[in-house]
Amino acid sequence: MDNQALSGLKVVEYGSFVSASYCTKLMADMGAEVIRIEEPSKGDESRDYGPFPDDVPNPERSGLFLYLNTDKLGITLNVRTATGKAILGELLKAADVFVENNPPRLTSELGIDYAKLKEVNPRLIVTSITPYGQTGPYRDYKAYAINCCAFGGVSQSIGHYWREPLTAPLSQGHYQAAVSGAGATMVALLARDVTGRGQHIDISEADVWATYHVGFGITIYAFGVKDNLRKGYIGGGWTYPARRVIPCKDGYIALCAPQLKQWVKFVDLMGNPEWIQNPRYRDRHAMEDDYPEEVDALLAPWFLERTKKELFELFEKNAIPFAPLYNMADEVSDQHLSERKFFATLDRAEVGVLKYPGAPYKFSKTPWSLERPAPLLGEHNEEIYCGRLGYSKEDLVALRRAGVI
Amino acid sequence: MSWYPLQGYRVVDFGSAWAGPQMAHIMADMGAEVIKVESRNRIDYGRLGGAASAKDLLTKTPEAIAATAPDRLELNPVFHLLNRGKKGITVDFTKPQGADLIRELIRRSDVVADNFTPGVLDKYGLGYESLAAIKPDIIVVSLCFAGHTGPLKGTRGYAPIITALGGLDSVVGYPDESIPCGPRFAYGDHVAATHGALAILIALIHRNRTGEGQYIDISEWEATTSLLGEPLMEYIMNGRIQKPKGNRDPIMAPHGYYPCRGEGQWVSIAVKTEEEWQSFCQAIGNPNLAGDERFVDRYSRLLNQDALDKLVAQWTASYTPFEVTEILQKSGVAAAPFMISKEQYHDPHFRERGIFVEVNHPKNGREVFYGIPWKLSDTPGEVRSSGPLLGQDNEYVFKELLGLSQEDFEHLVEEKVIF
Repeated sequence: MDNQALSGLKVVEYGSFVSASYCTKLMADMGAEVIRIEEPSKGDESRDYGPFPDDVPNPERSGLFLYLNTDKLGITLNVRTATGKAILGELLKAADVFVENNPPRLTSELGIDYAKLKEVNPRLIVTSITPYGQTGPYRDYKAYAINCCAFGGVSQSIGHYWREPLTAPLSQGHYQAAVSGAGATMVALLARDVTGRGQHIDISEADVWATYHVGFGITIYAFGVKDNLRKGYIGGGWTYPARRVIPCKDGYIALCAPQLKQWVKFVDLMGNPEWIQNPRYRDRHAMEDDYPEEVDALLAPWFLERTKKELFELFEKNAIPFAPLYNMADEVSDQHLSERKFFATLDRAEVGVLKYPGAPYKFSKTPWSLERPAPLLGEHNEEIYCGRLGYSKEDLVALRRAGVI
Repeated sequence: MSWYPLQGYRVVDFGSAWAGPQMAHIMADMGAEVIKVESRNRIDYGRLGGAASAKDLLTKTPEAIAATAPDRLELNPVFHLLNRGKKGITVDFTKPQGADLIRELIRRSDVVADNFTPGVLDKYGLGYESLAAIKPDIIVVSLCFAGHTGPLKGTRGYAPIITALGGLDSVVGYPDESIPCGPRFAYGDHVAATHGALAILIALIHRNRTGEGQYIDISEWEATTSLLGEPLMEYIMNGRIQKPKGNRDPIMAPHGYYPCRGEGQWVSIAVKTEEEWQSFCQAIGNPNLAGDERFVDRYSRLLNQDALDKLVAQWTASYTPFEVTEILQKSGVAAAPFMISKEQYHDPHFRERGIFVEVNHPKNGREVFYGIPWKLSDTPGEVRSSGPLLGQDNEYVFKELLGLSQEDFEHLVEEKVIF
C-alpha cells in the first residue's frame, strides 16, 4: 500500500534471528519496503527454530520466521563473496535504512561497517543492534538473550530472591532492543530531513534492559534507599497485595491493589471473612513484607471455588484491578482482542491461512496492516536482482551457481 | 549549543504514573520541548510513589499534600527520572478557561500524549476530534490499559496486571513450582512507553511527508502481547499452550544461571553450537566431558540437562561471576555476570557507554538517572535536566508562548485556572 505511514521508506535488513528482524517488521507493517537478506540455501536460523505445524520441521513453516518477517521482500545473498558485497552496496545506494545485528567484529571483517557504508551512501542510516553495543570493554563478548538479561540487570527482578534468578524468556530482550532500534531509526530519519546526513545508530540489548526497564534501580540506589529489586520492590513501603499470584479453579489471578479502597472492596466481595478482623491482617505493609504467603493461603479457598472468567467479571464490575493470567489460548480466544481485531490473518504458501498476533498500536489514518506473508527463501530474487538492479535471468543463474545468491 | 534531532517539536504531555511520562521523556531526551500538564487539583501521583513517600498514599491524596505540605511533592527521584528534560505547567482544564489555555497550547504543538482512562479528555472538549478541528495536523497518542475500543476499554490495571492479561506472566516461572512468577518490574509499562514513542515518531514522519495528523490508540495489553510471537504461533499452529520453562532453552544447553563464590552471586552461561561446547569443556579444564556420551551432541545435552547443570554448577561455584565470564569469553563461550543495579552503576562497560548520567535537582541535589540507550552518532540526544517542579514553567508557557499579559496571567492564577 502506498498510503501507509512509512510508504516510500526503503530498508535493507542483514542479520539473524530476532532483533534485526523484529526491528524491520515494525517498519514493514507500517508500509516501509523491507528487503530481507538471507544466506543462500540455508536461510535464517529462525527458519529452523519453529514452532512447526504438527511439529514437522521445515524451514518454510517456522512460526517464528513467519511472524518476524511479514510484509518483507526476501532475497538470498552471500555477502562474504566480493560480488555479493558489491551487490549489497548497490542495494544500499538506493536505501534509506540498513538494519543489522551482526557482531561488530564481523561487520568490520566483511567491510560493511558504518565507516565503509557511509562512503557508499552518505544519507544512509545504519542501525546496529548487538548485545553490548559498538563501544566499551565488553563490545566483542559473545552473548545470547539470557546473558543480556544477566548483565542488563533485568534478572534481578525475575524469580524468587531465595532461588536462582530467571531470564526473561522467549527472546524478550531481542524484541526490546528491536523496538528501541526502530524508534532511534525514526529519530534519525527526522534528523536527516534537516541535516541531509545519515548516521550510525548503536543499540545494545544490555543497555536497553539497564535503562528503560530496570534503570530506575540506579536512581533509587544512588539516592541511598535500600536496593531491594530482587524482592521485586523498590524502597519498601508497599502494601499487600503489591503483586501476588493466587491459583483459582482453572488458572491464576494477579492481585495488585495499592489503594486502600480497592482492598476494602475486595474483602467485602469475599464476604468479610472472620480472619480479616485479626490485627495481623490489618497491617498491609507487614502483610506484604513479612508474611505474604500466609495471607495468600487465607485467600486461596475463595479463589479455588471460582473460575478465571467468573472472577475477572466480578473484579471488572467492581473496579478492582485484579486480572487472570492469560495463557496463549486465552489470548487467541479473547472477546475484547477479537473485537479490536488484534489478530490478523494471512494466507501463505506451505502453511495456508494462519492467524498472526497483530498491531501494537492503532493509527486512525495510516493503520498497521499485514499485506503480505513472510517470503519464501529467495522468493524475490528475480524481482530485486532483475527488476531493480538490472541483472538478466542468465546472470541470476550464474550468480546462483557461484554461490552468490 | 548543540542541536538535537527532535529540536523544534513540541509535545503536550498529560501523562501520569509510569507509562505516559516515560513515553514523553523519550521525546524530551531527543530534544523535543515536552510540556507536562498537571494542576494542584490533578497531580501526577508519581510525585508520591516509589522511594520518597509511598506510605502517604494511604492516608492522603496528592492534592491534600499539595495544599498542606507542597515540598513533599518535589522529592521523589523516580518521578524526576520519568519526567526528566520536561517543562512543567499547572492548569485546571476542568474549568472552561483552563481548557481554552490547553487548546491554545495545542494549537502551537505537534503532539499530544496522554495515558488517561478512556474518555477523560473528551469530557473537557480536549478529545482528538475537537483538537483536530483547531489544529488539523495534530498527532494525539492515547495510551491506556486495554485500548480505547472494545468491551474492556474502561479497565484499569497496574503494571503487574498488564503482563498477567498480556500473556507474559503465564510463561515465566520455575518449572518445578505450580505458580508462575512474572517479571516484578513494570515491564508492561515500559513496553507501552517505548512503543508509544515509536508510534509518535512514525506519525511525525507521515505528517512531515503528507501534512496529515492522526489519532493513535495504544493498548498496553496489546503492545505486550505483540511480543509473544513464538508461543502464540505455537498455540495457533498446534493448539499447545506454552508453560514456564525456567531458564531452559529449546536449543541451548547448558543454558541458565549458575551459582558462584559468595552469597547471591550468579553467572549466566549459554552454549549453542558444537564448537562452543568443545570450547566450554576445554575452558573448564575438563576436555573429557565433550566425549561423555550423555553430552556428546546437542540432543543428548538437552536430554541430560539436569546432570549437565550439576556439573557446570560444581565448576562455577569456586569462581566469582566475573572470573567465570572472563574464562569463558576467552574461549568464545557466552557468559555474563548476574548484575544488580548498584553493580551496574560501577561497571566499566556501562560507564564507558555513558549509560548512567547525573543531573542536579533544586531540592534533591545530585540525582543519578539512566542515560539514553538510543545512541545516534551524528545527532545524539541528551538528558538536559531533572523533572520539573510543580508549575515551574507557567510564566514561560502562558506569557511567552501563549502571549498572556501579566494582568491576565495574575487573574487566571487568582481564579485558580493556572493552579
